[in-house]
Amino acid sequence: MGKEGRKFDTKVQYLKYKVLREVARIAFDGDEFQLANSFNDIAKVVVPGPKATMRCCIYKERAIIAERIKMACGGDKSNPNVIEVIDIACDECPASGYQVSQDCRGCIAHRCEDVCPKDAITFDENQKAHIDKTKCVNCGACAKVCPYSAISNHVRPCERACKVKAISMKNDDMRAAHIDNDKCISCGACEYMCPFGAIADKSYILDVISMLKKSQNNTAYKTYAIVAPSIASQFTYAKLGQVIAAIKKLGFHSVVEAALGADMVSYTEAKELAEKGFLTSSCCPAFVDYIRKSFPKLADHISHNLSPMATIAKYIRDHEPDCKIVFIGPCTAKKMEIQLDRVKPIVDSVLTFEELQALFDSRDIDFSQLPEEALDNASYFGRIFARSGGLRDAVEQALKEQNIDFEYKPIACDGIEECRLALLKASKGVLPNNFIEGMACVGGCIGGAGCLTHEARDKNEVDKYGREAMEKTITDAISVLK
Amino acid sequence: MKVTVCIGSSCHLKGSRAVVERLQQLVAEHDLKDRVELSGKFCMGNCRNGVSVTVDDELFSVSPETVDDFFKQNVLAKL
Repeated sequence: MGKEGRKFDTKVQYLKYKVLREVARIAFDGDEFQLANSFNDIAKVVVPGPKATMRCCIYKERAIIAERIKMACGGDKSNPNVIEVIDIACDECPASGYQVSQDCRGCIAHRCEDVCPKDAITFDENQKAHIDKTKCVNCGACAKVCPYSAISNHVRPCERACKVKAISMKNDDMRAAHIDNDKCISCGACEYMCPFGAIADKSYILDVISMLKKSQNNTAYKTYAIVAPSIASQFTYAKLGQVIAAIKKLGFHSVVEAALGADMVSYTEAKELAEKGFLTSSCCPAFVDYIRKSFPKLADHISHNLSPMATIAKYIRDHEPDCKIVFIGPCTAKKMEIQLDRVKPIVDSVLTFEELQALFDSRDIDFSQLPEEALDNASYFGRIFARSGGLRDAVEQALKEQNIDFEYKPIACDGIEECRLALLKASKGVLPNNFIEGMACVGGCIGGAGCLTHEARDKNEVDKYGREAMEKTITDAISVLK
Repeated sequence: MKVTVCIGSSCHLKGSRAVVERLQQLVAEHDLKDRVELSGKFCMGNCRNGVSVTVDDELFSVSPETVDDFFKQNVLAKL
């Protein structure tokens, strides 16, 4: 992958990054007309050939690159979802459910047969097991009892990653993955897991580059970057202050912490919770979308707060109506959030950290030459929103700081599966808690699909960044905004 | 009169919170809430000389130590 590729977890991310970088290079230097004429050139930069390294031949590789360029330019405008399948990139991996492998020894015990509730297991003349697919219900009981672990479940990585079960196989000859938009929460889990990079999030880098260019160095209007606190765990090859300097070098007027919006949110969320008695958080757009789609009866209990991103953006917008505001974070679902009626007038565009890296490198920004610039608005509590449990702790602190007498019984749900369980209990009236912190990604925002890297130490990095905040309390951090 | 304090990161580290809080206090003490509109802005592009404060469109550099004097000379006196 080379030194440059080590900025990312996987080679698929690196591949997508190279396309974004080349598209951004042309968009910064040229215009849309030039870009339309550059599909082949970009494909040749990313897939130089002459030997194929990823697919059957370089022509298929380049055809897929052309699809990736389309995603980098905003994707399929007729599809409202920001997460899309690139059909020709889908390897149509076998997805046959439970299968018996060569490891079957043809034993005498036949535990698999005994445990199967559907009598789906038969044996050939060598006593080797076979699963009758017309009877099998994929319960997995046979796989659990096989002493040789010879039975395993063949599920597509995207389907396995999608805990809200929005992915199925297309019912045609191609058998490519298909996303059900009525279920999909745009978290990007499938995108991160697909080993072929056949699922991608639409990119709005062209919109952002156009905004930056038209601002004429922030004279026509100012462009603000709001950065998510999970940035503390990213771009580890440079100092955070240098990353801030680099964002400004791209042409942003100022960089503001979304974490300050988080401080504002926790302050009002504490009040709202005490008033209503039961609340689910509204920070994670994928979690909110999940409630609306899968537990619509609980939608009344979603906090009325805007997300931290939208809250701080609204403050900036109220004071400067004609500015442009771009959120930069780890999240693909934020690209859906900014299309909501409440958020659309406030936030203009969203970039992921992956895309930010591509923009940096498209301008050949040399980090070793950059000074460190300040990023300090929020408190410790606003900053730890980036990881699971942070919001829970912040609301507790906000209750304390405002002397609100309320018996706080929170639950922090780490990942959409834990969210589902808590929501299910809440919908049946058996959840012992009165506040649900819901984070669709495991680990919280630091596990977001738009992160460059996902590492075990990321939580520590966020906590460290939290402790470095000048303001120690939520009240102090937000006092300047009143 | 519109008084805007820079609450961008640089100015924040130089004490913009103390400046804002003191200005809020002074405005309240002198009962000038109807005459002076206080607000915040993220970065005025004058990071080196923070804390940046504008009175209508005129730019000043204020610190927590000089805020009382600034209020007298550039807010109160100009009302």
